[in-house]
Amino acid sequence: MLKEGSVRIPSGCAISGIIDTSGARFSGEAIIKSISVMRERSNGLGGGFAAYGIYPEYKDYYALHIFFDSSAVRKACEEFLERHFDIINLSKIPTHTVKEITDAPRIWRYFVTPLPTKLAASGLCEREFTSKCVFRINTQITGAYVFSSGKNMGVFKGVGYPEDIGRYFGLQNYFGYAFTAHGRYPTNTPGWWGGAHPFALLDYTVVHNGEISSYDANRRAIEPYGYTCTLQTDTEVITYIIDYLHRKKGLLMEEIASVIAAPFWETIARFNTSVQEKYEYLRTVFAGQLITGPFSIIAGFEGGLMALNDRLKLRSMVVAEKGTKTYIASEEAAIRMVEPDVENVFAPDGGEPIIVRLRGEAHGN
Amino acid sequence: MAINFLYPEYEIVRKESRCIACRACENQCAHGAHEFLADKGVMTCDESKCVNCHRCVCICPTRALKIVKSGNAYKQNANWGQRTVDELYRQADSGGVLLSSMGNPQNYPVYFDKILLNASQVTNPSIDPLREPMETRCALGAKPHRIERDKKGNIKNNLPPQLKLSMPILFSAMSYGSISYNAHESLARAAQELGIYYNTGEGGLHEDFYKYGKNTVVQVASGRFGVHSGYLNAGAAVEIKMGQGAKPGIGGHLPGTKIVGDIARTRMIPEGTDAISPAPHHDIYSIEDLRQLVYSLKEATDYKLPVIVKIAAVHNITAIASGIARSGADIIAIDGFRGGTGAAPTRIRDHVGIPIELALASVDKRLRDEGIRDNVSLVVGGSIRSSADIVKAVALGADAVYIASAALLALGCHLCRSCQTGKCNWGIATQIPQLTKRLNPDIGCKRLVNLLSAWKHEIQEMMGGMGINSIEALKGNRLMLRGIGLNERELAVLGIKHAGE
Repeated sequence: MLKEGSVRIPSGCAISGIIDTSGARFSGEAIIKSISVMRERSNGLGGGFAAYGIYPEYKDYYALHIFFDSSAVRKACEEFLERHFDIINLSKIPTHTVKEITDAPRIWRYFVTPLPTKLAASGLCEREFTSKCVFRINTQITGAYVFSSGKNMGVFKGVGYPEDIGRYFGLQNYFGYAFTAHGRYPTNTPGWWGGAHPFALLDYTVVHNGEISSYDANRRAIEPYGYTCTLQTDTEVITYIIDYLHRKKGLLMEEIASVIAAPFWETIARFNTSVQEKYEYLRTVFAGQLITGPFSIIAGFEGGLMALNDRLKLRSMVVAEKGTKTYIASEEAAIRMVEPDVENVFAPDGGEPIIVRLRGEAHGN
Repeated sequence: MAINFLYPEYEIVRKESRCIACRACENQCAHGAHEFLADKGVMTCDESKCVNCHRCVCICPTRALKIVKSGNAYKQNANWGQRTVDELYRQADSGGVLLSSMGNPQNYPVYFDKILLNASQVTNPSIDPLREPMETRCALGAKPHRIERDKKGNIKNNLPPQLKLSMPILFSAMSYGSISYNAHESLARAAQELGIYYNTGEGGLHEDFYKYGKNTVVQVASGRFGVHSGYLNAGAAVEIKMGQGAKPGIGGHLPGTKIVGDIARTRMIPEGTDAISPAPHHDIYSIEDLRQLVYSLKEATDYKLPVIVKIAAVHNITAIASGIARSGADIIAIDGFRGGTGAAPTRIRDHVGIPIELALASVDKRLRDEGIRDNVSLVVGGSIRSSADIVKAVALGADAVYIASAALLALGCHLCRSCQTGKCNWGIATQIPQLTKRLNPDIGCKRLVNLLSAWKHEIQEMMGGMGINSIEALKGNRLMLRGIGLNERELAVLGIKHAGE
């Protein structure tokens, strides 16, 4: 059977996200509990989490989480890393025995910073340099796969039900200001850990429920900008689109939402002239980044989360609040499981972005 | 008298029991195929004059007429086919180059017919265009590389000039002269009503049609006929015609007999002179020369109009397109080897150039590989025959398509491929007043609007079936395509998988 990336695999899914806008860090226990309620939206073939704010002691270093097929590959990859980065710390990512989780690859974590000489010679900024290195490892070192590469954040994922994956990584022992989770229902899969979600590049992560009909248009539009879609999944291409629009084009998250879930022309026609001009501009310039077909996503970035549905709202998604926390999930039950007394429960409209940021901090998003 | 080697390929069959000898067929046939025998009170005909345009068939009030293949056959020969032999006889008779019209009719592969479309089942929903918005609107032109913001942080509108279309279709170039005033009026009015564009071709813009300027692409070709500042600024875009799919590497020749009255004035040449468009532009012998013309035209139009460069699909099309995408052009139009013409040497039309499907797939890929796809939009033609061809072209990577033969068919053309005679019985490819008046622009416009409205509905249905509700999400979406009966090499060039994969 072909490995993920050689074949395109559609999936149904469950997603969940929690953020504390005060910036207070809380345990990953809550997100495990939330996603476990939606067990029947997954089928045990993929689960994962993104956690923000979990590495304050290493917050200035890129945290690379890497799957290795063998120790030989790890050595080859480490040689590459040493040539390009200062490795401040490296270790196996701690895991716990969970009987449902089998066939795990070797999973390592490296806190790194680009070598100043290499960085200067490359003529790139630090983030571009790092993302290019991630692409090189993932496309050129067979058997090594960087699945998390941001600062002060990390992705934890694998083949299994998400709650089992959560316990496997001991996510309850990580404390962050925001978490997202994903339970996957692929229609077929070779069971490769790299194929699980979230998908991440730098501090951008995406959990996604849906199957986008614009996939190949989006893939072929983004690849010329220096991205290589190795997984053939929606989540991967959506992550690259967000990275491209946010990091490389400098669009705001709100603007990104109106690119990927652009208002219909007939809606735009109802806006006043200056607003019309803006939406028309974004749709025209970024036509290749419009995403059609069903999706609900939670995009994580440094300092916040963005929840977004496709413009027809073909996938369920509910948002609720309690105190300084905002909850997002495919189903309301997944929120009430964690916080029975939530307030302001609502289902955002198709294409209506819900952007939640940490308060009192300028993150430039 | 010399022996006539040629037996007519088609036969006019008249059901005598139905014929009322009204002489309508005789009156309608500019080629003189029908004749009334006054002494016998019956109609007769001479098939050798018939071009098989079906005007008489359509006009006959009692449906007494039909045209069938004559069935007269040479001895079977797999190598020397009937057409080959007939053409040889004709040349032995005349000593001339064979001329033909409309698109290449030969039996080459039609790749559009070997590509199948996808539809949604279970894992994502199809979308019903009767219930939900289904967007076919698109814009053609270069896209800016940088996002600029003003002091308040608002995005500045730095978009280069764009053509906005309600659906990804334009009428392609057909000059006033090659087709009639009424045909032009039909196209111009239909373009306006549909929110799309028509194209002047190399014949200038008749003064009556300046009012349709917002829906007009004005063409600058190698003869520069009808080009002046007012003309350039009258349109919504300027097209530099470098080549034509039906006759790559060949210029044009409109005989002096057609350069009469308004046509001479519109072309800005004396009446009765031949209008000869050279094969190359004599100020463009290389890509850097093209760049100069692109920018000359932009200067002349104050950088307000997009510039289209139209080229024929030839072997080296990817490199040529890549050069054009770096020349300042906003749009590249590629014309496939099946594209139509008012007149072309038969051998050129039938043997030069490559299929548009392959040219499009290669160019789209090459421009993406080089990271310059956003520099230009791609418009393809030659030949687009239906809404399904359009959906396939867009999924292969086109921004829009050019149609001309299809538009002429809507106006009555029956593809008799005799435009070069100048005696089009449908009033399209002729300047003879008795013939041109047969095409009523009110009806012509209506039929064009009908055709494209129908196609738009069909495009929406196909998109909805794929779960796509906006044309931009279809563009270049090759996963929506599968080949059928294609070999590995063809699939690789098209960048699609085989059905079942």
